[in-house]
Amino acid sequence: MNELALLLAATLNAGTVLAIAALGLLINEKAGIVNLGAEGLMLCAAIAGFATVVHTGNDWIGFLAGAGAGALLAAIFGVLVIWLNTNQYATGLALSLFGVGFSAFAGVKYVQEKLPERSNFSIPLLSDIPLIGAALFKQHPLVYFGIALTIGIIWFLYRTRAGLVLRSVGESPESAHALGYPVRRIRLLAVAVGGAMCGLAGAYLSIVYTPLWVEGMVAGKGWIALALTTFATWRPARVLLGAYLFGGVTMLQFALQSRGVAVSEQLLSMLPYVATIVVLALISRNPTWIRVNMPASLGRPFSP
Amino acid sequence: MGHAMISLEARPIASKFWGIASPLLAIVVTVAVGALIFAAMGKDPVRGLGVFFWEPIKSTYALSELAVKATPLILIALGLAVCFRSNVWNIGAEGQYLLGALFGGGVALTASADTGRWIVLAILLAGVVGGMCWAAIVALLRDRFNANEILVSLMLVYVATFLLTYMVYGPWKDPMGFNFPQTKTFEKATQIPRIIDGLRMNIGLIIALASAALLWVFLFRTFRGYQLQVGGIAPAAARYAGFSSRGALWTALLISGGAAGLAGALEVAGPIGQLTPYVPAGYGFAAIIVAFVGRLHPVGIVFAAILMSMFYIGGELAQSRLGMPKSLTGVFQGLLLFALLACDTLIAYRVRVKK
Amino acid sequence: MDETASTRRLELRHVTKRYPSVVANDDVSLCVAPGEIHAVLGENGAGKSTLMKVIYGAVKPDAGEMLFDGVPFLAKNPRDARAHGIAMVFQHFSLFETLSVAENIWLGLDKSISLNQVRESIASTAQKYGLPLEADRPVHTLSVGERQRVEIMRSLLTQPKLLILDEPTSVLTPQAVEKLFDTLKQLAASGCSILYISHKLDEIRALCTNCTVLRGGKVTGMVDPRKESNASLSRLMIGAEPPQLQHREASLGEIALSVKKLSLKSEAMFCTDLLDISFDVRAGEIVGIAGVSGNGQQELLAALSGESTRAPRGSVLLFGNDIAAKNPQARRAGGLYFVPEERLGRGAVPVHSLAMNGLLTRASDLVGSSWLKWITPKQNASLAGEVISRFNVKAGGHDAVAKSLSGGNLQKYIVGREISAKPKVLIVSQPTWGVDVGAAAQIRGELLKLRDEGCAVLVVSEELDELFELCDRMHVVAKGRLSPSIATRDASVELIGEWMSGLWEKQNA
Repeated sequence: MNELALLLAATLNAGTVLAIAALGLLINEKAGIVNLGAEGLMLCAAIAGFATVVHTGNDWIGFLAGAGAGALLAAIFGVLVIWLNTNQYATGLALSLFGVGFSAFAGVKYVQEKLPERSNFSIPLLSDIPLIGAALFKQHPLVYFGIALTIGIIWFLYRTRAGLVLRSVGESPESAHALGYPVRRIRLLAVAVGGAMCGLAGAYLSIVYTPLWVEGMVAGKGWIALALTTFATWRPARVLLGAYLFGGVTMLQFALQSRGVAVSEQLLSMLPYVATIVVLALISRNPTWIRVNMPASLGRPFSP
Repeated sequence: MGHAMISLEARPIASKFWGIASPLLAIVVTVAVGALIFAAMGKDPVRGLGVFFWEPIKSTYALSELAVKATPLILIALGLAVCFRSNVWNIGAEGQYLLGALFGGGVALTASADTGRWIVLAILLAGVVGGMCWAAIVALLRDRFNANEILVSLMLVYVATFLLTYMVYGPWKDPMGFNFPQTKTFEKATQIPRIIDGLRMNIGLIIALASAALLWVFLFRTFRGYQLQVGGIAPAAARYAGFSSRGALWTALLISGGAAGLAGALEVAGPIGQLTPYVPAGYGFAAIIVAFVGRLHPVGIVFAAILMSMFYIGGELAQSRLGMPKSLTGVFQGLLLFALLACDTLIAYRVRVKK
Repeated sequence: MDETASTRRLELRHVTKRYPSVVANDDVSLCVAPGEIHAVLGENGAGKSTLMKVIYGAVKPDAGEMLFDGVPFLAKNPRDARAHGIAMVFQHFSLFETLSVAENIWLGLDKSISLNQVRESIASTAQKYGLPLEADRPVHTLSVGERQRVEIMRSLLTQPKLLILDEPTSVLTPQAVEKLFDTLKQLAASGCSILYISHKLDEIRALCTNCTVLRGGKVTGMVDPRKESNASLSRLMIGAEPPQLQHREASLGEIALSVKKLSLKSEAMFCTDLLDISFDVRAGEIVGIAGVSGNGQQELLAALSGESTRAPRGSVLLFGNDIAAKNPQARRAGGLYFVPEERLGRGAVPVHSLAMNGLLTRASDLVGSSWLKWITPKQNASLAGEVISRFNVKAGGHDAVAKSLSGGNLQKYIVGREISAKPKVLIVSQPTWGVDVGAAAQIRGELLKLRDEGCAVLVVSEELDELFELCDRMHVVAKGRLSPSIATRDASVELIGEWMSGLWEKQNA
C-alpha cells in the first residue's frame, strides 16, 4: 500500500470511533438530552471492553461488555437527569469526571497488557482493487458497521413512526406528554442506547484501535464526538462525514510527522482540538441555522 | 394501587434545610460507598477512611499540605462559581490554570540571581493575564461566533497541555537538565513567600481566603454581581431589565480565567518551582466539583476545597500506605458530585411513599 | 335531540383532586348526554383544567368515579382515553413546530394507520367539516387559527364520542369563532358530545345547551345557559357581578410615545416581520392594541421596551427624543416603563425575593451611583413593602420568593412596582392574562387611575372585552401591520374582529 492509501485506511479507522460515539450522542440529542459524560463513559467502556478481552480472548464479548458498560452508566445519568431533574450539564460533567477517575482506578492492573493485532475483514474482489482496495475494503468489521449504523439511523429517524416519536419528544416533550407518550421512558431508552453506542466506540478504541489500555486514552474523543453532532446540525449522514474528516485530521499529524515536516510533535498534536474549535466557530456563526436544526428541547428539563 | 411506590412531589418552595443538608448527606453517601470499595478490595475500611479523613488533618505539617492543595482549588472554584451563577459553562479552567502557570513561569524564568522580590508580583500578574487571555478566547468565540463555550473551553485544555509540553520539550528546556523535559529551577527570588518557615503553605492561601470574602461582597452586595446572576437564572428577566448578556459573559469568563491563572502562577512559583509536563494535576476539573459542592457560595467553596484536598492527599497516602491506586481520588471526587446532584433533588422535591 | 336516561355519554361522580397547596376539584359531579354541548364555566384557577385532565387520563383523581357510556371507566393515560373515544383540544397547543401537519396528526392517532392514510383522511374530513388544511406544510408556517384546526382535525380523526375543548376561542378572531361554532354544532348533531371549557359568558350562552359552573374547585351551579343572563352566570362563577370601572373623560396632553414608520425584519424563524408601523400615545390616554397573538405583538413590544434595539434610528420617539437604540435602563430613565406578559422569568426572577426583584427595574432608585453600585437590602425591602401594602399584594412579606405568589398577586406586584416608579409612559402586555377576576379589576382600576394622573398608557391584549373596557382609542395588529386608530366609542366587536384578519384597508378604500 502506498502512503495515501495507508492514510485513508487509518482515517476510516479513526473516524469510526468518532462516528459511532457521535451517532449515539445524536440519538440522545434527538430526544432532547445532552450527555456531557460521553468522555467518561467511553473511558469506562474502553477498560470494560479491554479487560473482558484480556480475560475471555473474544473481541465480540469485549464489544458487548463495552456497550453494556456504556448503557449502564448512561442509564444512571439518565435516571438522575430525567427522573430527578438534575442539571444535564452538571450531571454529564459528574459522569465525565467520575469516568476518568474510575477507569484509571479499575484499569491499573491492565496497563501492561497488550492484545494481539486484530485481523481485518476483507470484502472479496473489492479489496483486490489496487491502491484504494485495501484501504476501503480491508477494514475491521466495525468500520462497515459504522456505515450501516448511519444508514440504519437515517431510516429509523425519518422513515419509521418510532423515529418520529423520538424526534417529537426532543422537539416538545410537553406536547408529546399531552398526547400520552411516555416521554421519560422514551428519553431514558434513547440515553441508554446512545450510551451503548458510545460504549461500543470506547471498546473499539481499546480493543482494536490502539490496542492497549492507557489511562485517559480516549483523549477528548468523547468531547469531539459531542461537537460533531453540532457540526453535523444533527443529521446522521453529516455526522459520519464529519467523523471521517476529523479522523483524517488526527491522522494528518502522523502523516506530516512521518514526512519530516519541521513542526514539533506537540504542536501537531493540537491539530484535532484546534480544528474542532475552528469548525465549531464557523458552523455556529449562523445562529438561525443552528436553531432550525437543533432539537428544540435540547438541554431543557421536563417534568410531567 | 397494590404495590408501594416511591414518588417525588414538587415542593411549593425550595427547602432551606436541604439546601445545607444535601451536601452533607452527599458526603455521607460518598464515605459509605468509599468504605464499601475498601472492603471490596480487602482493605480495612476504617483504616482506609482514616487515611482520607484523619491523616490529612492530624498535624501542623499535614494541615499545611492540606492548605497547599486547597489554595488552587479555592481560587479556581471561586471563579467558576461566578461563571456557573451567570450560566456560562466554563469547564476549561484547567487550561486557564495552565496558561497562568506558563505566563507566570515565563516571567519567573527571566529572573536572575540578583532580581528583587518584586518579581513575585510580576509573576502573579502574568498568571492572571495568562488565564484571562485563555478565557478571552472562549468569550470571543461565544460572543462573535456563538460557539458553545463548553466545547471550546474544554478543547482549549488539550491545546494548553500541548503548549506546555511543547515549551518544556522545546524552547524552555533546561540546557543543564540532562535532557529532561523541564525548565530550570526558578531563582530563589521568585519563590512565593511562605506563611510559616518550614511549611510549604504560602501567601496564596491568604489571597484565596481574601478572594472568597471579596467574591461574597461582589455577588451579594453589588449591583454588578446581581446583574450577572439574573442573567444566569432568568435570561429573559435580564433582557427585560436591560442587563447586558455580553457584559456578563465577558465579566464571568475574565474573572474565572484570571482566578485560574493566578492559581497556576501561585503553583509553579510556589510548591513546584519549575515548569514540567506534570503541572496539570486536574485542579481545574476538581474545582468544578468544589464549586458545586460548595453551592457556588464563597464560604461553601472554602469548605468544599478542604474536603477535596483531603481526597487528593488521601489518594496519595492510600497509594503509599495501602498500595491502592492513586486514582482512587478521582473515583471519590466523581462519586461526591454524583451523590450531591442526586441529594439536591430533596431541595426541590419531597419523597413520598405511596401504598 | 333524543334524551333518555339510559344514554349518558359521560358521568362524573364526586371527583376530588388535591394538590399540596390547593384542592383543585372538590366533590365535582357532572353529566353529559350524547350530542350535547356542555359548558364548564369558571374563572382562572377554578379547577376546570384539572377536571378535564382527569377525564382525559392525564391526572388521577384522589376520590370519585367516572362513567363513560354507562360503564365505569377511568383512563390510565391520554392514549387510553383516546382509544375509548375521548379526545381533547388543548389551550396551549400540543403541536410540534418542525413536523408537518400530517405527521402532527399521525402522532395523535393509533399506530395501525399509515401516514398516507392520514393524509387521505385529512382531505376528506377537511371537506366534511369545513376545516381546510394542507397536509404537508410544516406547522411553524401556520397561523394560530390554522394550528387550532390541526388540533381539532387530530381529535376528529380519532372518531371521538366526547370532544373536550379548553378555552378554544382565546386565539381566534370573532369571525373565526363563529366558524368554529358551526363546526362544533355540526359535530354535535352527528352525536358527538362536547365539553366546552371557557370563562367567556357570551360564547357559552351562544353555543351550549347545558352548563356546569365551578368556583374554587366546587360546583356552584348547573344551568341552561340559554336561559341565563351574563349577570346571573357571573354571580355563579365569581359569587358577585363583575365590578364596574369608572371611566372619566380623557384630558389629553402632549405626545409621549411616538412610533414612526417602524419596519423590522424578524431575526429568527417563527417570528413576524413588522411593516411600516406608526402610532402615537398622548399623555392622559389609554391606547389599546388588539390582535390575535403571533401577529407581531412580541416584536413590537421588544422594540418599544428596549429588549430589542434593532429598530431603525428615529422610529421610536419618547417625548420627541429618539430612543430606538437605547437599552431598557435608558428608556426607564426617560420615564418609559413596561409590564411584560410573562410574569415568572421575565417580569420577575422566580427564585428571588420580592425585595430583590425590585432591582430589576428600579435600580436607579435603589442602587448607589458609585462604580461598584452597592446594594442595600434594607432599601430593597422597604420598596417591596411599599408596593405590597399599596397594591394589596397577598405575599408572605418582602422576602417571599416571586414564584411562591399566585399569578394575580405577582401581577399586582409587578404592575405596582412599575406604577410606583411614577412612569410618564407605561406599556402593559396582557395585563390580566390568567389573573383572577378580583385582581384583574384592581389592575384595570390602577391603569385608569394612572391615565387620569396624566400618564400615557399603551395596553396590548388579546381580550377584546378588556380593551373595550379600558381604552380610549384602539389599533389592531395583524400580520405585522398596524390598523389606523379608532375611538373605542365608535368601534364594535365585529369591526375590530374584521380588522384582526387584516381587512381594514378594504373598508378605507
